Amino acid sequence: MTALQKLLGWVDDRFPLTATWKTHLSEYYAPKNFNFWYFFGSLALLVLVLQIVTGIFLTMNYKPDAALAFASVEYIMRDVDWGWLIRYMHSTGASMFFVVVYLHMFRGLMYGSYRKPRELIWIFGVLIYLALMAEAFLGYLLPWGQMSFWGAQVIVNLFAAVPFIGEDLSIWIRGDYVISDATLNRFFAFHVIALPLVLIALVAVHLVALHEVGSNNPDGVEIKKKKDPVSHIPLDGIPFHPYYTVKDIVGVIVFLMVFTAIVFFAPEMGGYFLEANNFVPADPLKTPAHIAPLWYFTPFYAILRAVPPLFGSQFPGVMAMGLSIVVLFFLPWLDRSKVKSIRYRGPIYKVALALFIVSFVGLGYLGLLPSTPIATIFAQVFSVIYFLFFLLMPWYTAIDKTKPEPERVTG
Amino acid sequence: MKRFKTILFMLLAAPVAALAAGGHSVPLDKAPVNVSDQESLQRGARIFVNYCLNCHAAGYMRYSRLQDLGLTEDQIKDNLMFAAEKPGQTMDVSMPRADGKAWFGATPPDLSVIARSRSADWLYTYLRSFYRDESRPTGWNNRVFDKVGMPHVMWDLQGELVPRYSKEGEHEVIERLELAKPGSVSLAQYDAMVGDLVNYLVWMGEPAQNQRKQLGLIVLAFLAVFFVVAYYLKKEFWKDIH
Amino acid sequence: MPVLFKHVQVKHKMNQAVDRSKRKFLIAATSAVGGVAVAGVAVPFVASMMPSARAKAAGAPVEVDISKIEPGMLLAVEWRGKPVWVVYRTKEMLDMLGKHDDRLADPNSDQPQQPDYCKNPTRSIKPEYLVAVGICTHLGCSPTYRREIGAGDMGADWPGGFFCPCHGSAFDLAARVFKGVPAPVNLVIPPHQFVSDSMLLVGLDSGAIKAQRGVDK
Repeated sequence: MTALQKLLGWVDDRFPLTATWKTHLSEYYAPKNFNFWYFFGSLALLVLVLQIVTGIFLTMNYKPDAALAFASVEYIMRDVDWGWLIRYMHSTGASMFFVVVYLHMFRGLMYGSYRKPRELIWIFGVLIYLALMAEAFLGYLLPWGQMSFWGAQVIVNLFAAVPFIGEDLSIWIRGDYVISDATLNRFFAFHVIALPLVLIALVAVHLVALHEVGSNNPDGVEIKKKKDPVSHIPLDGIPFHPYYTVKDIVGVIVFLMVFTAIVFFAPEMGGYFLEANNFVPADPLKTPAHIAPLWYFTPFYAILRAVPPLFGSQFPGVMAMGLSIVVLFFLPWLDRSKVKSIRYRGPIYKVALALFIVSFVGLGYLGLLPSTPIATIFAQVFSVIYFLFFLLMPWYTAIDKTKPEPERVTG
Repeated sequence: MKRFKTILFMLLAAPVAALAAGGHSVPLDKAPVNVSDQESLQRGARIFVNYCLNCHAAGYMRYSRLQDLGLTEDQIKDNLMFAAEKPGQTMDVSMPRADGKAWFGATPPDLSVIARSRSADWLYTYLRSFYRDESRPTGWNNRVFDKVGMPHVMWDLQGELVPRYSKEGEHEVIERLELAKPGSVSLAQYDAMVGDLVNYLVWMGEPAQNQRKQLGLIVLAFLAVFFVVAYYLKKEFWKDIH
Repeated sequence: MPVLFKHVQVKHKMNQAVDRSKRKFLIAATSAVGGVAVAGVAVPFVASMMPSARAKAAGAPVEVDISKIEPGMLLAVEWRGKPVWVVYRTKEMLDMLGKHDDRLADPNSDQPQQPDYCKNPTRSIKPEYLVAVGICTHLGCSPTYRREIGAGDMGADWPGGFFCPCHGSAFDLAARVFKGVPAPVNLVIPPHQFVSDSMLLVGLDSGAIKAQRGVDK
């Protein structure tokens, strides 16, 4: 026995190290037909680590004080060695997080990854999505630019729309009557500690839930139904390590090439990742002509603006925006199809999904623009399609003409 | 609720407000930006220090960073530092903020990142679009920024432009600006100087940009190599799978 | 590391054996390139913790006008957040310096508390000007200047120098520490140079400035 093996034995007697390695990596059997859409889970984990590491180093020099914040960001950009790189990695990482997560969720929609017995994985996932949106919103106040300040002002004011308790609620959130130093400091605390801990915990239970039932695959076929009679290993399963570890390394490198291209050559991304107006320090006395949230929030912003006020209250819009995310939680029970994967679904679902994607992207685009009468009509149409995709799903998935699911994966 | 309604109204009125600011109805000229042209940047730095730092600050920019433009510390001290003593200091302004607001109506903004918020094209067009306007307190107005509080600081170089109007429906709009009194340099020379100045402002907005792009090429090349190695590793292991 | 792959269940195509040496090579190659990548990524993060341009600017050398210092007087300036004393020593003060070496812990400045060009009996470049960091080498208090030779409370044999009130350490007029006091070593002499007869530059050796000015001179 080598010294290393002896050491490993000593640890294993006291801690399930090798057992964990086997259960979750070298003897965790994943379907062998994972395709392009299956890269985004590991990439999301990579971006989470990236944001935490760059975030820690930014916190070494950032000052969460209304009088000092903007200057401290420029200090990082100019005076701290390599500060500009750390800052750009963090700002690009924030947007890339949403690119990766949206593609990851889209995979779930396509292949029915939320269907029984994976409902809980999906629910944890939607909670991660909510936490991520909160984390991004809180983080965006920190540079204390014009868009930081006014974006936060608008969104926190939405809470004021809640009947009866709204005004007090928004004052409680802000810690003041307007977005101020008090707000900045508490948003900093939430962004740096509270929500990262929540995110890490949610990602952990998301993965535990996944490993409990095993991964889905592009055919929507349950690989555990066909096991080798002697070894009890799924016939269509391969150990995650080494096959998906080496495959995911390639995925990571391709992702890093895209990420690097943006960080080093286009960190502002035409104003979508770093907004021009945010290079102006926050001025509570000067409202910008056009306040728009960052691109990843715009679909929901568009839904908010599409709903007309009722009895002078914008609360219906706020409710619609909230429901548009809450409805995601119910997806596993709205889908009544006999098959999981889009590969075996009928034409109705394919049309519905296409309409949903067009509407989601359309809403995203409209959310970037100022509100005009024509844009509002389009936003209203897209919003209706968005909701109908979910609300009519129990009906159209039940009547859809599906193809028979195969017994074994097809690749 | 009242504040929320105000905000909402402002959001919905945004398109109207945008038009009133007059920012985008004038087409912008393309600024001749080239942040690798060190001589242009040096000329721009000199113009900036001579004409702009009297009223504006660039509080995030250290004089010593100008060494990145190929200048020595002595050259910086002798030619570019009037209001500071040590090269490590930042380009602060001597004019107190309160005076600025009183004299011009608005405090002259810090210019450290002005090129990132306004854009190079806007700055290039703005600095060449001042015209004589007796109705304004400074005697100057600007086609790109209507009723701006800033006077035409470089009028001695460009000369005086006057507007030529044309009718658009019921309103008179400025069709173009014409040189009424020449300055100490020709219009083409002035445009070149403003080009240098804007080039400098773009560089000053992010002094690390040249190193950023250089490093980017190296990192991408490295990742390409890494990709090849990792790809063959993946292919080799996946021979095992049917 | 064979332990990583012990549990691999490998499925082969019918007549294709696993090329173990090729796999080993590819794993080694990927690990090597990956190692370079990790090192490359680590460099900016670690380097970002070094003093920033702002810290370096604040720590920059300080010019001191010494033309107005009266003989026997001490002028205090700040450099890198620390007090630096410039003492214009009189002939009488300088004469006292060689006479009490037996009472000093490090009379010849053997400990590395001064630049090489100040490793001399007066611990200075010009004998008249002492330039020393005014922080006691015991626990960091700032000693008081006791220039009076034979001062009452210091004892008849006090040759003039500095006395630290916190725990009683004493240093002579060349900032050398006496024996039998808590402070272990002489006061630090910072790098410095005389730019002219009236201008002292604290924080930079003359050798360093030549290197900085560089080729273009």
